[in-house]
Amino acid sequence: MRQTATALAVAVLLGLGVTACGGTGDSNDSGGAPVAKGTKLEPADITLWVGFTQRELNVIKDTVKEFEKENPQVKVKVVGGINDDKIIAASRGGKAPDVAQSFSADNAGAFCGSGAWVDLKPYMERDGVSDSIFPPAPRSYTQFEGTRCALPMLADAYGLYYNEDMLKKAGLDGPPKTTDELTEYAKKLTVRNDDGSLKVVGFNPMMAWYSNTPANFGPMYGGKWVDDSGKSTLGSDPAWAKLLTWQKDLIDWYGYDDLVKFQAGLGDEFSSSNAFEKGKVAMNIDGEWRTAFIADEAPDLPYNTAPVPSDPDNPDIYGGGYTTGNIIGIPKRAEHKEQGWALLNFLATSDKAQVMLSNGLRNVPTTESSAQSPDLKPDPKFETFLKIFGNEHTTTTPVTAAGSAYQELFNNFVNKWQAGRVDDLEAGLADVDKQIDAQLANAEGEQVP
Amino acid sequence: MSPWIVGFGVFFGYPLVTTVYLSFTHYDLLEPSRWIGTANYKYLFTQDKQIWPSVYNTLWLVAIMVPLKVMFAFGVALMLLRARRGVGVFRTIFYLPALAPPVAATLGFVYILNPATGPVNGALGLVGIEGPLWFSDPTWAKPSITLLMLWGVGNTMIIFLAALVDVPRHLYESASLDGAGPFQRLRWVTLPSISPVILFAAVIGTIEALQLFTQAYVGSTIAAGSASSAGDPSNDLGFPEDSTLFYPVLLYQQGFRFFNMGYAAAMAVLLLIVSFAITMIIVRNSRRWVHYAGAGR
Repeated sequence: MRQTATALAVAVLLGLGVTACGGTGDSNDSGGAPVAKGTKLEPADITLWVGFTQRELNVIKDTVKEFEKENPQVKVKVVGGINDDKIIAASRGGKAPDVAQSFSADNAGAFCGSGAWVDLKPYMERDGVSDSIFPPAPRSYTQFEGTRCALPMLADAYGLYYNEDMLKKAGLDGPPKTTDELTEYAKKLTVRNDDGSLKVVGFNPMMAWYSNTPANFGPMYGGKWVDDSGKSTLGSDPAWAKLLTWQKDLIDWYGYDDLVKFQAGLGDEFSSSNAFEKGKVAMNIDGEWRTAFIADEAPDLPYNTAPVPSDPDNPDIYGGGYTTGNIIGIPKRAEHKEQGWALLNFLATSDKAQVMLSNGLRNVPTTESSAQSPDLKPDPKFETFLKIFGNEHTTTTPVTAAGSAYQELFNNFVNKWQAGRVDDLEAGLADVDKQIDAQLANAEGEQVP
Repeated sequence: MSPWIVGFGVFFGYPLVTTVYLSFTHYDLLEPSRWIGTANYKYLFTQDKQIWPSVYNTLWLVAIMVPLKVMFAFGVALMLLRARRGVGVFRTIFYLPALAPPVAATLGFVYILNPATGPVNGALGLVGIEGPLWFSDPTWAKPSITLLMLWGVGNTMIIFLAALVDVPRHLYESASLDGAGPFQRLRWVTLPSISPVILFAAVIGTIEALQLFTQAYVGSTIAAGSASSAGDPSNDLGFPEDSTLFYPVLLYQQGFRFFNMGYAAAMAVLLLIVSFAITMIIVRNSRRWVHYAGAGR
């Protein structure tokens, strides 16, 4: 009797559960395979979802108008302010856009691995688009385990911003090229109030502050995230321990508590009271987009840009940096995949669109030919980032099925480390590796041993 | 079928059963779920190193924040009961914080508790006390959230106030005639009379504590100083140093950020069981001290 009851209960659970997931299965996949080469694009009204808002959204809209001029039979509705939660929800039910753009390349693994975004390979092969037009880093963060479900649409590269006036006053010439120099500069540029609290910080090495992340700092020491089999290497690659030791030494020089208090008094990163724009920090690691923010919010700021300083024992890697970028793809449930592909192809691969977007957004164009285009608005401070983007030592973060889980687990550890609550760095890092590998295994639905 | 069955089935039974089912699957929100047996539970109990910090943080709230909230709400209600003039004004003032949206309230608290520019540390500095780092210090982050929750205790306070007004006058009068002082009247008349409300406040407060999410999410993101307007989700859940990584925050992180909804469902099932167990313990224990009028005890 008891067994019958259990069996019944399980059957009910299963039955309901399966129905519950019905919405996640295959649905109106009306587009199907690409049409034959040379077929004229049918008229359609399509939708493009982007994360951009306000000024930046208008740049997208203007670029899309160029597409409509070339394809008058296709009308594009551009919807801004979209985040990944909405893209994920649209892949399960409701109305899906025909093209979607995401700020998080970290999520390419989920989009490609699950089939939530369609494989672009058939379209690319038909239209003779090769992914070799993109540099290696963006090529890698737009696919997952061999499935190319996205193309890069502009990238971010990270470099060092420095306040030229402040450096000059301190008698420092040119940007620091090694982390030793960065420390030396930082100390010289730091000013304290009478009560000992920090007034101006030369360089704030605290992670989790503004754009300070292990991902952005990693290329300074050339740290590798994973080995060839995809296992986490934070502990086995000595570069990370070196980076963290350098970073902690500088934090200790300021005093952790002093630095936390200093940070708490600073303005928002994405506002006109940004600490670098206000001269509260003399040097800062940030993305190329900051040049546009400074032009808008602090046009008189005497600053310049350079690659991030590198490991003094490995000066050859100077010139590289971290890059990641926007990804753009076609959701599986899109109604007009052909027209969607045409728009995606225009935005991601045509020089015209790439140059318009880059000039408007001040992001790095992602095709090699557009990066050379004479139509790019010249600006030496911005060109630094074009060079970083093209540098052979520039790296990106790996794409996994668990999004940015491995970075977040590492961040948690680094937060404890910099606060002085980790005694054994090597053992701690090895432990994080284990945690990340277990998390990735679980996120891929593998059986736990 | 009666309407309540429909409501119960659609809004409670179906999600519950689905959650239990999903907890035995791998489900990344994008693909159909896939049965993986008890792998999620094994990971939960044996491998996930973030689970125990998050359980500790959440139990901290149950053990410390809930009693404080009940006492604070009761204390404020007692004071309001004594008020002779401007009763309406005082009641409104003490109730108002409960109306503040949680996100706005949290932003406000992070601002006033800002260690560098906030008025609280400014005032402490004037009397020679160096204020703590509040939301930026792992020791102080949970107390900061507790302060925020105490401030917004208006709903519980109103219920206490209603219960206090309902305590029969004649009980106080006879207690006074027997020579009971104010403290004895509170202990032997007020508390027993309102004990069902204390139980209610404790149970509701516990469930709220087990589910605390918004304040931790917003507080940690803002305090970390990297709230991004670029649409990028924050990397700082649990800041500082996992001290605000409460169980529901971890659940959210797994389900919606790490594409691990099957695992999040397993966490939800555990949360349900633990909530149920804690509530049962409180209710059973309450038989010793809760008095229901007319129940013949």
